[in-house]
Amino acid sequence: MADTPVEYIKHHLQNLTYGKLEAGYERFDGSVMSETGWTFARSAQEAADMGFMAVHVDTLGWSIAMGVLFLGLFRFVAKRVTTGVPGGLQNMVEISFEFIESIVRDGFHARNPIIAPLSLTLFVWILLMSALDLVPVDFIPTLAQAMGLEYFKIVPSVDPNATFGISIGVFALTIFYSLKVKGAFGFAKELGMNPFNHWALIPVNLVLEILVQIVRPFSLALRLFGNIYASEVVFILIALLPLWAQWTLSVPWAIFHLLIIPLQAFIFTMLTIVYLAQAHEEQH
Amino acid sequence: MNINLTLIGQSIAFAIFVWFCVKYVWPPITAAMEARQKKIADGLSAADRASLDLELAQDNAAKKMQEAKEEAAALIDQANKRAAQIVEASKDDARKEGDKLLEQARAEIQQERVQARDALRAEVATLAVAGAEKILETSVDAKAHSEMLDKLAAQL
Repeated sequence: MADTPVEYIKHHLQNLTYGKLEAGYERFDGSVMSETGWTFARSAQEAADMGFMAVHVDTLGWSIAMGVLFLGLFRFVAKRVTTGVPGGLQNMVEISFEFIESIVRDGFHARNPIIAPLSLTLFVWILLMSALDLVPVDFIPTLAQAMGLEYFKIVPSVDPNATFGISIGVFALTIFYSLKVKGAFGFAKELGMNPFNHWALIPVNLVLEILVQIVRPFSLALRLFGNIYASEVVFILIALLPLWAQWTLSVPWAIFHLLIIPLQAFIFTMLTIVYLAQAHEEQH
Repeated sequence: MNINLTLIGQSIAFAIFVWFCVKYVWPPITAAMEARQKKIADGLSAADRASLDLELAQDNAAKKMQEAKEEAAALIDQANKRAAQIVEASKDDARKEGDKLLEQARAEIQQERVQARDALRAEVATLAVAGAEKILETSVDAKAHSEMLDKLAAQL
């Protein structure tokens, strides 16, 4: 399958897709679907033809695994938490709590008990998902291939479905809290009377403000996706080099990546806090 | 890079993770952290209070010591005075007793002297009469000469 560099790269960026194919669809190997059914895609074309009725098993599986790892670890600590001298693991958890609490305290001034744990979840979850990028690019796909799975992409944040899934959740929360705090009329007024506070300019304001609202989930999702995707592509390109030369580039890039991963997780979290803070505050 | 059902699955996973974190992870750990913060604050204020207490106690002890010293000095003073008084009083008593005894002795001596003198006087009279009788070899009319004899005895 991975004969040329282009094919190798394309192969590595293809998700393991489980989706619905219509009856009569001619498959990758020339066989024809006898009836409509769900199956694993055997080629990129098949995955594309599945359309919306498909699931990226690898993305969902690894992101849920990372979420369970995060919550399991923190829940484990929460159960054995002590008010006395904390151990190493509890210390680590408490450091992340204090970090999140401090950025929430700086950016969010209303009272909402959801915001801090939401930010913690976002930060640690995105951090763990992107950190999968540091696993050498061929380890897991080769293992998966040995198990008979054609495609396997382990980093969920290289899949726009994952990043958009989260950012749409954040978007829904901002709309929900805007309506809850300001009321439907207050929210509509805010959309209509900003940035130009004059009745004649309400249509212009509406277009601008609604655009601002809608752009937010896109900017959140695409920023995270773009950064991690680019890093992953660079890792794959490095993997194309001769074996003896790879470490000269992959090691520095991985070290640089150690900086990018927390930074992207932090930016996503910080922007979420800012958006939610704006949802809670009356704008002039 | 196809947008598909994964998007919705991811949103659901996100919602469940946030719910779990809000409900089961965040509260116990923040509660423990706040409890520790309070414990530390309490400990610090207790330490402050303890050092204040210590200072007070030291002051108090010094004051008590001073008082005890003064009291002891006063007691010793009083005792000395009392001892002097007692000595003085017993000296007085002794002197008085001595004087009294001396007086008594003197009176007794005087009395005995008087008695002895009286006895001697009587004896002398008798002896003188006897001597005179012997000398004169005559009976002397005692009545006739008693006046002379008494005069003699009074001169003795």
